[in-house]
Amino acid sequence: MTRISFDRVLAVAVLIPSLVAVGIFVYGFIGWTAYVSLSNWNSFLPDLSFAGLQNYVNLFQTFRFQADLRNTLIFTVVFLVACLAIGFLLAVLLDQRIRGESVFRNIFLFPMAISFIVTGVAWQWLLNPSTGVNLLLERAGLGALRSGWFTDPKIAIYSVVLAATWQLSGFTMAMYLAGLRGIPEELHEAARVDGASEWQLYRHVIIPLLYPVTLSAVIVLGHISLKIFDLVFAMTGSGPAFSTDVPGVFMFETTFRGNRFAEGAGIATIMLLLVAGLIVPYLWYGTRAEAGR
Amino acid sequence: MALEALEAALPRATAARAPAPRMRWGRPVIYALLTLFALFYLMPVYVLVINGLKSFQEVSLSRMWEWPTSFSLASFAKASGKLAPNFLNSVKLVIPATLVTAMLGSINGYILAKWKFRGADVLFPFLLFGMFIPYQSILIPLVQFLQRAGDALGLALYGSIPGLALVHIVYGIPITTLIFRNYYAAVPTDLVEAGRIDGAGLVGIYRHIVLPISLPAFVVVLIWQFTAVWNEFLFAVTITNNPAQQPITVALQNLAGSQIVEWNVQMAGALLAALPTLLVYIFLGRYFLRGLLAGALKG
Amino acid sequence: MSGKRHLALLVTATLLALGVAGVTAGAARQLEIFSWWTAGGEADGLNAMFEIFKKRYPGVEIINATVAGGAGTNAKAVLKTRMQGGKPPDSFQVHGGEELTSTWVITGFMEPITSLARAEGWTKVLPKDLLDIVSYKGEMYSVPVNVHRGNVLWYSKKILDQNNLKAPTTWAEFFQVADALKAKGITPLALGDKNKWEAAHLFEDILLSALGADGYRGLWTGKTSWTGSGVKTALENYAKILGYVNADHAAGTWDSATQMLIDGKAAMTIMGDWAAGYFTSKGWKPNVDYGFAPAPGTAGSFVIVTDTFGLPKKAPHRDQALNWLRVAGSKEGQEAFNPLKGSICGRTDCDLNKFDVYLRSSAADFAKNKLVPSEVHGSAAPENFATQFNDIINVFVTQRNVAATQRSLQAACVSAKMCK
Repeated sequence: MTRISFDRVLAVAVLIPSLVAVGIFVYGFIGWTAYVSLSNWNSFLPDLSFAGLQNYVNLFQTFRFQADLRNTLIFTVVFLVACLAIGFLLAVLLDQRIRGESVFRNIFLFPMAISFIVTGVAWQWLLNPSTGVNLLLERAGLGALRSGWFTDPKIAIYSVVLAATWQLSGFTMAMYLAGLRGIPEELHEAARVDGASEWQLYRHVIIPLLYPVTLSAVIVLGHISLKIFDLVFAMTGSGPAFSTDVPGVFMFETTFRGNRFAEGAGIATIMLLLVAGLIVPYLWYGTRAEAGR
Repeated sequence: MALEALEAALPRATAARAPAPRMRWGRPVIYALLTLFALFYLMPVYVLVINGLKSFQEVSLSRMWEWPTSFSLASFAKASGKLAPNFLNSVKLVIPATLVTAMLGSINGYILAKWKFRGADVLFPFLLFGMFIPYQSILIPLVQFLQRAGDALGLALYGSIPGLALVHIVYGIPITTLIFRNYYAAVPTDLVEAGRIDGAGLVGIYRHIVLPISLPAFVVVLIWQFTAVWNEFLFAVTITNNPAQQPITVALQNLAGSQIVEWNVQMAGALLAALPTLLVYIFLGRYFLRGLLAGALKG
Repeated sequence: MSGKRHLALLVTATLLALGVAGVTAGAARQLEIFSWWTAGGEADGLNAMFEIFKKRYPGVEIINATVAGGAGTNAKAVLKTRMQGGKPPDSFQVHGGEELTSTWVITGFMEPITSLARAEGWTKVLPKDLLDIVSYKGEMYSVPVNVHRGNVLWYSKKILDQNNLKAPTTWAEFFQVADALKAKGITPLALGDKNKWEAAHLFEDILLSALGADGYRGLWTGKTSWTGSGVKTALENYAKILGYVNADHAAGTWDSATQMLIDGKAAMTIMGDWAAGYFTSKGWKPNVDYGFAPAPGTAGSFVIVTDTFGLPKKAPHRDQALNWLRVAGSKEGQEAFNPLKGSICGRTDCDLNKFDVYLRSSAADFAKNKLVPSEVHGSAAPENFATQFNDIINVFVTQRNVAATQRSLQAACVSAKMCK
């Protein structure tokens, strides 16, 4: 065997353990979860008799799951918009040649290094309606802004959005900042020579050039928000009338507290489909683009 | 390519290039806005720190914003007393998990970046998808697998730190492979070619050419994985259930969710749980950032 | 480094990292007791029983396997793993009734202890209703060590006295008292339902007041319909009661609600008698600072929350396990355990002088009242139903939709195989 072909075989061979591991632990397990979701296993002892789509039908008729889907939609949209907007604003501000830029940058980024659990515990305190931020607002004379926060079912989910944005907007800021700094100076000059105002410069040149950054941020933050669990679990639990409940929490409770494994598997499969809907097109497009290079 | 360019673009000292588009608002407004935001980001830390430093008598929900009248490390002492074993569990978990995943990622990334073979373009997304899946979608079979495999092998996989480490190793393969692959893709093929001309094969090139220059990537991967595994909760709470074996994220959540609540101990505990990753971020932040950007930008 | 050495290092590192767990074979004279009584009075009570065991059966090493956290959720998870893996403890703490029956008895993990019970004379000193709760198909499967009462109304004497009000005995009286309090700006009823079960606990007592003891029992056997008029009345009543509850109830837990009485912010709360332990820990005394009464409309009924111990089939030290059960069911054992835990004996012949004012009153009621199992605390329904019940009530607390709630409860009952 020639050196080259031996190496080729070796290359594949070395990859095999990882491929097998991922094959089993990711794809195999996903298949098994889907299989369980089609069974009757909703008690302590396994019962894998076929139930068809019954678990899914039941789920979509459950008040809790309907609330979960609604909450996921609201959370994802508001969280994404907030992170993108705040991240972009902070990046633009930081790009202005500030003194102490790295200090500010680190302050905005450090929440990413903390666990969602720590964030949840801290923000649960901060947004406690009898004390916390409400107390601060009162003392600052802004008592009118007081709110029930996560005890008010109409706005509870936004409390979670607030905590999540606090944690992750530094990420979009970092990405936008890198993106902004990657835009060549010539473009600015050219636009200025053409008589464009700052606002027009941003609107027609810079923001469009940042679309790839925005896309990446949407993908990363999007899939995080679709599968969110730790933050909600630690901060609010399900909330009044499930106003902060998300599929991740529902799945955990129904599987590991209520022993309803098939129902939990159904929720998990739906979560996967939501995430796959976001990621698969992105991976597909990205791989083809790369291959085409 | 884009990753390196963007990373280089994040300045560590003052900006080297000409000024950015000037904003209509003046400098004072910019500083004011930045300071306001900075206060928002620091507010939770302020609350955690001052309440953790209060004595038992002084801490109460209604006075949580007030500066302590006397500083006391009693809360930290109590919190560390309660959380110390779990802190150690986290350490015992993170170190093997991170090291093994980094090695696997390096080898995988090397092969995927430098050794083109048919199907390589399929295998990479195949691995990568594992990085994005919600872990809920594999949790039930994972628990069953750990229980049964553990019984079959006579090992305690379910309910133990080694079992949890194994889980993190497997699910860490996608992201570490991604980071290394991107890093190695930037290594010029001339180097590899030179090695081949000298008669080195797959293993030789890795050993003599690629591995010696891999240190920056290793640092990034180790930092990023350390943070990810230390902060992780779902696997930890599902796979370990005996508090003696649980990592610190679960212990903190138990502390916070317990019946009789001692606020100051909770706050101190949260800070203790956050401390290692915070320190890593403060001192090794640039590597953290690279891992962050690598995960988001596929190169 | 060559690829081969890499591989070798990897394998070694992995094996080292994974480790090998050693399983020690059970020595002959050992006893392993599994519980979540890790702190406070519970731990003290358990230790007191251990002392009695050591005196009676010397030379046996006692392994106190406790698992903390989440009011037993961690412990239950560990227990499930052990039982399924064929490595049960010699005995474990479990709520008497459905929690034991549906999880462990029906699935074939437990041995009946009826003959032991007869030999020890327990069938004579345990009330019949309590015996029914811990039995299945005529066989007894666990021995109740303690009894907590669920349907208790706790009130701040200072607030009620200051306002010339008496503790209500019916819901009609409650609304009168509550209106008077509300006019003064005092929260009539404190509730902290962040953990969901607290709201279900309150509702359970309201159900009892609407249906009476027999009607309430019928809910778990399929005799009382979840869509019937009794449940409807209870839900409508609950909706009205919720108008007198503190606005931030979703942010608190049962102990923060109890704290509201101590802080003078609320006048009453309905909770199991572990609240008495909370009052005591904060220095409040029964009949001095706080008063107690059966929850409105439930006088004459006693909602049982009971911790019990049973005999797993594969108990590694079966003889010692049986000895433990003997201690747990004995007068001496229960008298040592319960005053420290803050509950009353399962037996009816304990010496009441060892107990405080509240517990004596509770024991007196226990001897006379109709005893009913608590659903929220594991006795009346399987976990499958209990988690759904908590979810459904959680929704009701905000939405107040009586008809939809009744339908959901019926559906939950069917899916948990309690009703047809």
